[in-house]
Amino acid sequence: MTTLSWEASLREKLMPSEMEIVYERPVALADVPMHYCPGCSHGAIHRIIAEVVDELAIRERILCVAPVGCAVFAYKYFNFDSCEAAHGRAPAMATGLKRVLPDRVVFTYQGDGDLASIGGNEIVHAALRGEQISVIFVNNAVYGMTGGQMAPTTLAGMKTTSSPLGRDPRTQGHPIHITEMLASVPGVAYAVRRSMHSAAEIRKTKKAIRLAFEAQRQGLGLSIVEILAACPTNWRLTPIEALDFIRDRMVSEYPVGDFKVDERLRNPA
Amino acid sequence: MARELWKGNEALAEAAIRAGVDAFFGYPITPQTELLEYMARRMPELGRVFLQAESEIAAINMVYGAACAGARAMTSSSSPGISLMQEGLSYIAGSEVPCVVVDIMRGGPGLGNIQPSQADYFQLTRSAGHGDFHPLVLAPATLQEAVDLMYASFDLAFKYRTIVIIAGDGTLGQMMEPVEMPPMRPSAQTRPDWAIDGANGRPPRAITSLYLDAEELEAVNQRLQAKLKRIAASEQRWECYLTDDAEYLVVAFGTVARIAKSAVRAARATGVRAGLFRPISLWPYPFDALSALIAKMCSVLVVEMNAGQMLEDVRLAACGQTPVRFLGRMGGVIPMPDEIAAEIVHMAHIDQRSYSHQKQHLLQFKE
Repeated sequence: MTTLSWEASLREKLMPSEMEIVYERPVALADVPMHYCPGCSHGAIHRIIAEVVDELAIRERILCVAPVGCAVFAYKYFNFDSCEAAHGRAPAMATGLKRVLPDRVVFTYQGDGDLASIGGNEIVHAALRGEQISVIFVNNAVYGMTGGQMAPTTLAGMKTTSSPLGRDPRTQGHPIHITEMLASVPGVAYAVRRSMHSAAEIRKTKKAIRLAFEAQRQGLGLSIVEILAACPTNWRLTPIEALDFIRDRMVSEYPVGDFKVDERLRNPA
Repeated sequence: MARELWKGNEALAEAAIRAGVDAFFGYPITPQTELLEYMARRMPELGRVFLQAESEIAAINMVYGAACAGARAMTSSSSPGISLMQEGLSYIAGSEVPCVVVDIMRGGPGLGNIQPSQADYFQLTRSAGHGDFHPLVLAPATLQEAVDLMYASFDLAFKYRTIVIIAGDGTLGQMMEPVEMPPMRPSAQTRPDWAIDGANGRPPRAITSLYLDAEELEAVNQRLQAKLKRIAASEQRWECYLTDDAEYLVVAFGTVARIAKSAVRAARATGVRAGLFRPISLWPYPFDALSALIAKMCSVLVVEMNAGQMLEDVRLAACGQTPVRFLGRMGGVIPMPDEIAAEIVHMAHIDQRSYSHQKQHLLQFKE
């Protein structure tokens, strides 16, 4: 009993009962440790998705399609239903889910190797059909899970384990601008690029995710939020340097901005 | 209900609709395309899902998604398209969600041609994707059987949470025959307790085939293998034709087995006591029934529209005790009844001079 009262007094000292809770784990985020590297953006992106899911009160009707890549375990970190797609096939799998469950919110969570390389066909045709799904497209310019190989999004001159001399666009291709490409497709309602390199940018990213889910809920078409994300491990940088790399190098190749916003989303009736 | 004249591909589509298919995803490929076209008309009429995918890869992954939601989902294709679907089939097997796939086989390898073939036997029964799994493979010989197997396929797929493949060849897809259609069944109203449809009032579910821990993945594999054993024990199907007094056995599946029936009758007309064993389930293969039958035979002739794929299973069933001969046509060439009959008579002729015929007489003497 003495121990308990000692614990209670300590708790009162550390967190007085009259203190207001201003920040806590979203209900939609599972209370488990994540496997991500220090400085990786995935954890923060998971968190803001979960915050939006809580705010929109859709946790009981949202379905996540996880990718192959570093976010392969995304389904373990969300406190809602999910499934795990083959590499690049998440938009096809999400199509199957959404077509048989049209009143649910379905989103894919995909990296740049998954979406822009092996899954190029699936994302383009899901967009052409105007599938009522949302796509969270995390662009960190490398294949993370396999150890930092060149991705279609790798910057020109950027050294990776499979472009050790730096990516030469003449032989290894140019960086791909998926969101600008998809913005030209009539089936797409919302196509924007955001970044995770500062608190202000993260807040803008969260707003974009919210709008992406809104577009789906209104049945406006496919929504995609490309998110410039840090990969300090494979960039061989410290977490702080990695954020500077996004700001100084990534954003100049991949400008942050809105490439398509459906009018009905801009001016809700 | 009256018998009506149906085209194979369309009969399969209508049977799937009557079995309560919720969603069809497919991609055009000859000689299967009429199935997709029929679904394109009928599914929207019934308020069900039809979608022409951008590729077979996408089609099978759409099936995967719909199946995860607990829907009765299917696709259909032909050999090169099935090759592309192997990735998705492996994930579906690893995730243990049910689905139905129709393969109307054509000549290969490569682009091959669009003529009938049975060269997907290995692909369907042995290597439908990476990892250890087998789909349940059913090979109808008539359109009525195709319709009946299609009608039963979703129940089988859901019972075992497995992939069911209806394996026909281009002949079956393209020909017309009288068929009695089964009655229309309603779509299933309740979702299975493993499906993902929103974590409403229950803990979240995740459907995956990923298990990074070696012991955990081995345990999953052991569970999958135990399930396959249950399927193997319960779902073997076959037909015997004129085998009661037979000395010479023909083994053939699908449309080739129909041709072989004529050949068996022709051989009998020349005095050779021939019979036919027709496996209906290619996986699980009806080993026990075939082994018991082969033990009574002088010799066996396997006829296939491939270079000898089911032949390996027949040899396993024969266990080296009985000679097994093979007649195969490839590239879309269909073996003719007289060609098979000549081979049966030839087999019997060789056999008259050999030990195996004496063995047969000894067996009869014992009886």
